[in-house]
Amino acid sequence: MPSTKGSKAKCGAAPAAKAGPSRLDLAAVRERLAAIGGRGGPELWRSLDELAETPEFVELLHREFPRHAAEWLDERGDSGDPSDPSGGGVSRRAFFQLAGASLALAGLTGCTRQPLEDIVPYVHQPEQVVPGRALYFATTLTLGGYGTGVLAESHEGRPTKVEGNPDHPASLGSTDMFAQAAVLDLYDPARSQAILHLGQVASWSGFMAEMSQLLRAREKLGGQGVRVLSGTVTSPSLAAQMQELSRRLPAARWHRWEPAGRHNTRAAAARAFGRPLDCRYDLSRADVLLTVDSDLFAMGPGSVAYARQFADRRRVREASPDLAQKMNRLYTVESTPTSSAGVADHRLQLSPLEIEAFLVALARELGVTAAGVAASSGAAAPASAAAPASAAAPASAAAPSDIAGGSPTGPAAQRFLHAVAQDLRAHAGASLVVVDESLSPAAQVLGHAINEALRNAGATVFYSAPVEADPVDHLQSIGELVRDMNAGQVEVLILLGGSNPVYTAPAELDFTAALKKVALRIHHGPYADETAEFCHWHIPAAHELESWGDARAFDGTASIAQPLIEPLFGGKTAQEVMAVLVGTSELSAFDLVRSFWRGSGKLGGNFDAAWRKALHDGVIPGTAEPPAAPPPLAAAAVTQAAGEIEAAAAKLRQAPGQITLAFRPDPTIFDGRYAANAWLQELPKPATKLTWDNAVLVSPATAQRLKLGVNQRVQLSWKGRKLDAAVWTLPGQADDTATLSLGYGRSHAGPRGTGLGFNAYALRTSDAAWIAPGAGLQTLPGDYVFACTQNHHVIEMSAGISEDILAGKEAQARHVIRTGTVAEFVKNPEFVREMSETPPREMTLYPNRVYSGHAWAMAIDLNTCTGCSACVVACQAENNVPVVGKEQVLKHREMQWIRVDRYFSGDVDNPQFHNQPVPCMQCENAPCEVVCPVAATIHSDEGLNDMVYNRCVGTRYCSNNCPYKVRRFNFLRYSEKSSPLLAMLQNPDVTVRMRGVMEKCTYCVQRIEHAKIDSKVSGQPVAEQRLMTACQQACPTRAISFGDLNGEQQTGRAWEVVRLKASPLNYAMRGDLNTRPRTTYLARVRNANPQLEGSHPAAAQENG
Amino acid sequence: MATLDLDRGMPGLQPEPSVIAPGHTPETVTGKISSIILARAPRWWYVAFGISFLVVMMFLTCVTWLFAKGVGIWGVNIPVGWGFAIVNFVWWIGIGHAGTLISAILLLLRQDWRTSINRFAEAMTLCAVACAGMFPVLHLGRPWLAFWLLPYPNTMGLWPQWRSPLIWDVFAVSTYATVSLLFWYVGLVPDLGTMRDRAKNRLPQVLFGFLSLGWRGSMRHWHNYESAYLLLAGLATPLVLSVHTVVSFDFSIGIVPGWHSTIFPPYFVAGAIFDGFAMVLTLVLPLRAAFGLHDFITERHLQAMAKVMLATGLIVFYGYVIEIFFAWYSGSHDERFMMYNRIFGPYKWVWWALIASNGLTPQLLWNKAMRSSPLVLWLVSMVINAGMWLERFVIVITSLTRDFVPSSWGMYRGTIWDWGTFIGTLGVFCSLIFLFVRFLPMISMSEMRTLTPGSGSHGSAEVAE
Repeated sequence: MPSTKGSKAKCGAAPAAKAGPSRLDLAAVRERLAAIGGRGGPELWRSLDELAETPEFVELLHREFPRHAAEWLDERGDSGDPSDPSGGGVSRRAFFQLAGASLALAGLTGCTRQPLEDIVPYVHQPEQVVPGRALYFATTLTLGGYGTGVLAESHEGRPTKVEGNPDHPASLGSTDMFAQAAVLDLYDPARSQAILHLGQVASWSGFMAEMSQLLRAREKLGGQGVRVLSGTVTSPSLAAQMQELSRRLPAARWHRWEPAGRHNTRAAAARAFGRPLDCRYDLSRADVLLTVDSDLFAMGPGSVAYARQFADRRRVREASPDLAQKMNRLYTVESTPTSSAGVADHRLQLSPLEIEAFLVALARELGVTAAGVAASSGAAAPASAAAPASAAAPASAAAPSDIAGGSPTGPAAQRFLHAVAQDLRAHAGASLVVVDESLSPAAQVLGHAINEALRNAGATVFYSAPVEADPVDHLQSIGELVRDMNAGQVEVLILLGGSNPVYTAPAELDFTAALKKVALRIHHGPYADETAEFCHWHIPAAHELESWGDARAFDGTASIAQPLIEPLFGGKTAQEVMAVLVGTSELSAFDLVRSFWRGSGKLGGNFDAAWRKALHDGVIPGTAEPPAAPPPLAAAAVTQAAGEIEAAAAKLRQAPGQITLAFRPDPTIFDGRYAANAWLQELPKPATKLTWDNAVLVSPATAQRLKLGVNQRVQLSWKGRKLDAAVWTLPGQADDTATLSLGYGRSHAGPRGTGLGFNAYALRTSDAAWIAPGAGLQTLPGDYVFACTQNHHVIEMSAGISEDILAGKEAQARHVIRTGTVAEFVKNPEFVREMSETPPREMTLYPNRVYSGHAWAMAIDLNTCTGCSACVVACQAENNVPVVGKEQVLKHREMQWIRVDRYFSGDVDNPQFHNQPVPCMQCENAPCEVVCPVAATIHSDEGLNDMVYNRCVGTRYCSNNCPYKVRRFNFLRYSEKSSPLLAMLQNPDVTVRMRGVMEKCTYCVQRIEHAKIDSKVSGQPVAEQRLMTACQQACPTRAISFGDLNGEQQTGRAWEVVRLKASPLNYAMRGDLNTRPRTTYLARVRNANPQLEGSHPAAAQENG
Repeated sequence: MATLDLDRGMPGLQPEPSVIAPGHTPETVTGKISSIILARAPRWWYVAFGISFLVVMMFLTCVTWLFAKGVGIWGVNIPVGWGFAIVNFVWWIGIGHAGTLISAILLLLRQDWRTSINRFAEAMTLCAVACAGMFPVLHLGRPWLAFWLLPYPNTMGLWPQWRSPLIWDVFAVSTYATVSLLFWYVGLVPDLGTMRDRAKNRLPQVLFGFLSLGWRGSMRHWHNYESAYLLLAGLATPLVLSVHTVVSFDFSIGIVPGWHSTIFPPYFVAGAIFDGFAMVLTLVLPLRAAFGLHDFITERHLQAMAKVMLATGLIVFYGYVIEIFFAWYSGSHDERFMMYNRIFGPYKWVWWALIASNGLTPQLLWNKAMRSSPLVLWLVSMVINAGMWLERFVIVITSLTRDFVPSSWGMYRGTIWDWGTFIGTLGVFCSLIFLFVRFLPMISMSEMRTLTPGSGSHGSAEVAE
């Protein structure tokens, strides 16, 4: 046989028989085709060459499918010797060479396990999508009906993270924890995934058919018996649909029930002003603030914006003589620790009824008189100016006689009252008293009166028309609905937008029994929840990140919600459901919203351009509700309010030792709507650091008085209803006050949310929406197991010191937290640095590093941190941090990369609160690095402690040696990899860690790298504004600063973080260990009132 | 011998009990010791070994579950990253100390009483080190990657991180294990020859023959043997000090209050010897009774071991006291709080139990009557063994529960799997010991022969020159 070289000869030789090897004989080809066709059946041919059977084709075939593999022929075979017995074939040597190589190469494929996956390119490349680069879309998330503008991050079409929208007034670029957790809700596998009719999967068209039939019948009766129940609605398009509904079916009625809504606030406005009014604040102009049992910085519409305004007045950097005047001063009176607790300059804890009595006393002290109010609210400027001035004169004389009673108990409260009153008076017109939702309408009326008397209305307090569409009293509204249902007047009930009244409705209404009397019950919500269980139809609600919609913010600013993804489970928006009722079901969700706005005329003449701009910016300009002129305050309302409070307080005083039960929205799962959200469930609640449960919070003194053990099971009772729960002793809780948060004890909240905690709704009645004075609390045998992330086991130490208190004492003794007062700071600006010594840089065995390029660092301002914990959820979302569940939290294995430490200082019965967010300190002399045996944690040239997950074998030595204990270990397989839905949630820029691997905060190194790449591409230095860590970006108060210590070299301007670190307040936590942390803190400086300072036990201790 | 006899004869000094009962000849010694192996095993051996083996099965179950689920089945957490596994590791390594100490150092110091117990102590060392060696691997998050702690050429171009004490540990423990094994095996060679010659059946003859490396007992063999043995003893001696010194570095290099202490190396070594001797006594006393070895393990041995325990126990107790002193003297708040927390914190009972068992119990040994009573010695040894485990618990766990930043304090509790693994290694240890006493001469025949009157050529009999 000819060899490789000879093959040419062969090719050359063979065609010699035929003529013209390269020429196609088309006629012959046709002939052959015909012959093939004649054989019947389709014959495939590869090319015309094949059909012509040209020698080139034959050769090609042989080379392509080498039956004889000409290449195998070796040199010996090429000898051309015809006597060669091998016939020029493969030699043994060559064969083994080839076989050996094949074997070796085959073995290579076994070296790494490559995941099998198909890579399919876009058939139609979507506009703007660059694989690997996230896109951001402005949209709107709502909580309790009120919108917050956000920017949602989208990776190749799947939203993975939510950031604040800097252009939106309720966000200002930050978010609360709920917005951060929204993406998990979107991908929650427990979400309702199909339309259900009588528990069976049904279709949307089937629903529409039934509805249209029903509506046709109902239309004749004018919609008699048709009812809609929703939560608070601010959405202009939905409100318009409601109007359309009442036009089409005049007898249909729209009921509202927002379980954690603003019932008392609404009622107070109605009482004080005679009409519903929204009240909003401008904290930036308030020098002296008094928050009264109000979670102003964490709950309620506008909390993010309020927190920012508040913090902007507290950014202390330098000691200047007028610091006390430049800074605001926050007094807080509260029954349970709120978001104010950690930032208040002075805090007083009183039970809710005592707080109301305190308000009465304050009103009297400030000279609020019914007449005075009437005069001052008469809009005559001189008169209103005169009112506080005249009140100031007879301050101690208690001249106003029409507000009686109201003396707070105890000398501490008295002193506090006088000091606050004096301070408020001195700052009339630049002060603010915030009394909101959790106190009775009477107390809030007094709050309005006090603000009025202090001339704050129009200066720091603004009133405007309500943002809520068609504001009604929700308690009354749901009461009427239940009354009508019981009377058999309701035949069709549509529960819209996740309304879950079976679980949330006031207990005395017995909503479930009434609901069963309705002939047709339709539930629209994200989960097949407790209410869906009793409904004929269940329509899955689309998540806000997959819906078109709109909402208004606390100040009225409207914004559009646009979907980032097609509804994963075919969910429907509230607008789509309503469209069925109003007969516009042919419109898509997009058209429903768009056509409303087109018709509204709010977007100007060039609608399309304005619409696109509104979508892009995330706000619709000019929609904010303008502040109305301060309305006249009803004089009678004030005296009546004071009288009511006094009567209640008097009743309380007659039966000392009564327990006041207070309900609150849960700090992390709100009214229960986030019960299925594992991030929020595992997020330690700011004051208690409890996870996965609510608890009956009681003060240590009350626990002692009632002989309650740690985690004691108790039975609460209120008006004949009973609830088995368990207590948690919390310093800072008012005596004789038991606070229980809403939202727990769910029975239909998916596998993660069901069966946790205690259902406060079981006790909550319409007349005690927030406060139930004189509730019963009986001890039950046994303990409950709570999973707390800080001081996991509250051990009763000798002399009754709990671990909480011991930890607080130790934290101060070790200067982990550093606080002082403005006076101390001004007197000695170096007081923070003098607290502990930092060893010289050279005091290490290892050579000092020089950071010539970037040097990343963080500074956290403890003066502005409210402990809201939005940063924790933001980090969790950004860095694919898994949740571990209650059992693992009990074993101290929570995985959050940043935590917010909470310490108590001072007296156990009246403690101060301190919050301290703790990410990785990124030490320059990192104790973790030297002890890792496999170099899995190493120092980067930019000063980061890099964690190399792939290299980690899991000795956990690094964590042991970490003084800050910020490292987190995958003790088990925590990352959910089996669910394709949750896989979509993961940030593709961050590795998902396997079990046995250590992990920790990286300063969001993926964001740093993106910024560096951008800078490389653009040739511009890394821009300070473009590079933020996830925690920093989420922080409502901008307490976290991050940046490049060497940024000045590139941009010519020192970054904010450098300026912070230059402040005399800057300190390194445990810097005495010579760890040289890159994360440092700015000490908290309280703007203490000198009048209160001397007596304050906590302060006295701090000073000493 | 003569010198020693002279000493014993000095007025005012009571004559010490002999290291071997009178009346023994080389023949009786060899016969007595080899008969244990050549005769049928007593019934209790089967029972005891059976129980130990069941515990081994439990151990394997625990380890299988550990590998399947992850280290999270244990009680370890953040802040307590090291739990029972490291406590057990240090404890077992400590137990593994006495063997080499008895063999090598006492050989070099020419303490002839070591002869009766050295073989056994060395075997105990090996079994203990085997148990110890498992824990650092088991406790890893990803144990299948444990080999990354070894310096080997790899495509990643990475070596271990030499600043980490865990790497030092790898070398210290593996060197110690290797040298101990060699030392033990070299010492066994003449006896294996004896066993080969005495075995009646073919299988033992072949096995012992194979293992005895062609031992013929020639003068040349004896010469080489003794040189090798002495050299290995010299090599092993620094290791006795180094292993536990390096193990203590695992802690003292760390910055955790309660770990970061210069006292640790001597304190750990003394503790290890203390514990090792206690474990030798714990095992030897029942075996002596079971096999009737009172002639070879005499009161002299018990006295000597008790004295070593007392001495090292006092060093350890001194360590406890000086730690308290230094916590105060350092002026460091963290150190003071650590000590306060040890003594009065949530784990105070561990500390007080430790003081009772390691500090107070050995004081009984001042009394000669106590030292002579096997039962008292046995009980004291058991208490000390437990006490040393508690000591490691105090050091490893109590220190970690409350360190620098109070928000991160947390308690630790061993789970059923922690206990299962710990008790499982006890089963592994006992099984190995039972196999050893059954199949290998537990007392060195060749060396015992030199102790019989009239002999005077080998080993420690050099004392008699």
